Amino acid sequence: MTIEPRRLALNALAAAESAALAQHWTDWTEKPEFRALRGPETGLVMVRGRAGGGGAPFNLGEASVSRASVRLASGEVGHGYCLGRDLEKARLIAVFDALFQRDPERVEAEVLAPLRAVVSQGDQQRREESAATKVDFFTMVRGDV
Amino acid sequence: MYVAVKGGEAAIANAHALLADRRRGDRQVPALGIEQIIQQLGLAVDRCMAEGSLYDRELAALAIIQSRGDLIEAIFLVRAYRTTLPRFGYSVPIDTANMLIERRVSATFKDLPGGQMLGPTFDYTHRLLDPVVAEGGDVAAPVRRPADPEQAPRVTDLLAHEGLIEPDTTHDDKPDIGDLTREPLQYPLDRDLRLQALARGDEGFLLALGYSTQRGYARTHPFVGEIRIGEVEVELDIAELGFAVSLGRVRVTECQMVNQFKGSAKVPPQFTRGYGLVFGQSERKAMSMSLCDRALRAREFGEDVVAPAQDEEFVISHLDNVQSTGFVEHLKLPHYVDFQAELDVVRRMRAEQETQKEAAE
Amino acid sequence: MDNLMLDGGFADPVMQAQQGFRALMDALANPGTIQQLALGLTPPAPLTPELAAVLLTLCDHDTGVWLEPDLATEAVTGWLRFHIGSPLNVARDQAQFAVLRDSNTLQLNGFSLGTDIYPDRSTTVIVAVPALSGGDALVLKGPGIEHSVEISPLGLPGDFLEQWAENRAQFPRGVDLLLVADGAVIGLPRTTRISGKDA
Repeated sequence: MTIEPRRLALNALAAAESAALAQHWTDWTEKPEFRALRGPETGLVMVRGRAGGGGAPFNLGEASVSRASVRLASGEVGHGYCLGRDLEKARLIAVFDALFQRDPERVEAEVLAPLRAVVSQGDQQRREESAATKVDFFTMVRGDV
Repeated sequence: MYVAVKGGEAAIANAHALLADRRRGDRQVPALGIEQIIQQLGLAVDRCMAEGSLYDRELAALAIIQSRGDLIEAIFLVRAYRTTLPRFGYSVPIDTANMLIERRVSATFKDLPGGQMLGPTFDYTHRLLDPVVAEGGDVAAPVRRPADPEQAPRVTDLLAHEGLIEPDTTHDDKPDIGDLTREPLQYPLDRDLRLQALARGDEGFLLALGYSTQRGYARTHPFVGEIRIGEVEVELDIAELGFAVSLGRVRVTECQMVNQFKGSAKVPPQFTRGYGLVFGQSERKAMSMSLCDRALRAREFGEDVVAPAQDEEFVISHLDNVQSTGFVEHLKLPHYVDFQAELDVVRRMRAEQETQKEAAE
Repeated sequence: MDNLMLDGGFADPVMQAQQGFRALMDALANPGTIQQLALGLTPPAPLTPELAAVLLTLCDHDTGVWLEPDLATEAVTGWLRFHIGSPLNVARDQAQFAVLRDSNTLQLNGFSLGTDIYPDRSTTVIVAVPALSGGDALVLKGPGIEHSVEISPLGLPGDFLEQWAENRAQFPRGVDLLLVADGAVIGLPRTTRISGKDA
């Protein structure tokens, strides 16, 4: 499998709400057997910024991160990483990542597409709420021109 | 003679119980939940995350409840918690140009690509206490206006090409980016370590120092080039995958301060820059940070170090409120033996003074 | 990466890492005692379970690890990258931990000795020996040892005592040594004086 589809799948899984992921797992028929290779466990990632926004990197502060790695009975290994301390979310990301390697079309249709739709809908709402606070400048002409 | 003083265990245990009781308060009043704090005291949570230097809303909210709203105590709790966790790695530097923007203003450029968006700001409120809030009255849903996803480049990038504003420092990333949580600070510091210290520094301390630069103590003629608040992706290179994935998004506040600079032998007259970047929504902190960052670059620009805000060791050594509170508050712990010794010294000095007086007379 | 290489880490990371840490702490606090370090790890050869136990207990993303060249196979580095995440390509004199399988050719010089201000920045050298007993007797004295204690690990180089004396002479700088075999570990901190049985 090429990198890009898997990367995008992992991004969508990490962006999802934990409850949404859990619901997709509940709805998933023919659940595979899997076992843990590592974790789930919680740790920290040092978040970096850049001086001036685009200059040399510096350490901004840490964020809590959970991760898990699982192996399906059929052999695929999945890795899950997400912000926060939700171990179950990390585990489900790993499971869906492993499933994505076995059956990308089904994971895309049943899990990723609906998750992406929810996130993009939320983003769009926030964008529109912010846009309503955009300043429309106008100039008042005074006196003789 | 050295006298070890022990005891107080029962008093301490009872003080803990009393603290727990007072924290909970009247049991007839419903207990606060984590989600209430996150939703309704979001800026306290943001401050706790920024100065606790740990992005985790639930933990910050818990710390705020547990500390009875004492934010420095809450920050202390968060700092203590972070030491218990292993570090998985360092993120790819976040890209603030690619942000889901909630607020973005510039005091220097009226017409920006992407526009000026006020967002959820206190700025134009009348600062009148509102009885409706006290009653827990309904709040209308915010107004929406059609919007397309659009790029909002950083103002400083837009103007860099004119050469009148100092460009971003070079991209040649140092192999070892300083991390004050791993290695003790050794002065003088590079800017990376200063920015890390400022980002977790006390808001009040930085605010006061930033203010001092405006009042003439290291005048830097600042303008807000841009402030933006919003969410950015955090990406991490995953060794077992061999590529970087997004872990999710964090909200940050970024401030680009633009400062007039009359030039030096090496550098032509131009605008220089101070930078502020903070976890959460905290404009005051990001602005103060950018003022201090610029003031602390005095040596770099060949400016005389004449004011507290320019004194790196002074600023960086005293900006951390957990460190400061530890040293100030330790004074209330028993110093019986030290004080006894000092008493003896003062008595002896008195006696010597008396003797000298008598001798003189 | 070959997926098969990732098995064999801690089943219960928190508990097992604490067991490992306790064993290593006791080993260094009581030089010469044999501490159990069997944590059920199954790393890819030629990495031994004991070496893996020390690494998984002590190392993380921030600890530079130097592997003896024969140990740095693709299977071993892939497994370690997954389980400890440490940089594995650090120079010998920059490493916080050094891992050796071939104890006969052990050379203590060339590792980081730390500095007088930061002696803790030295390398901790982890060496797999054929066995922790059955070799020539060595007598240990120093902090953590009431009078003296004897150990007899197999497979140390002929000039080990001279090398160790040289290491001790650098104090407070110097490396600390962990000898591992048979699901156990012996700690030899830089403060320990070692002599032959007849000396």
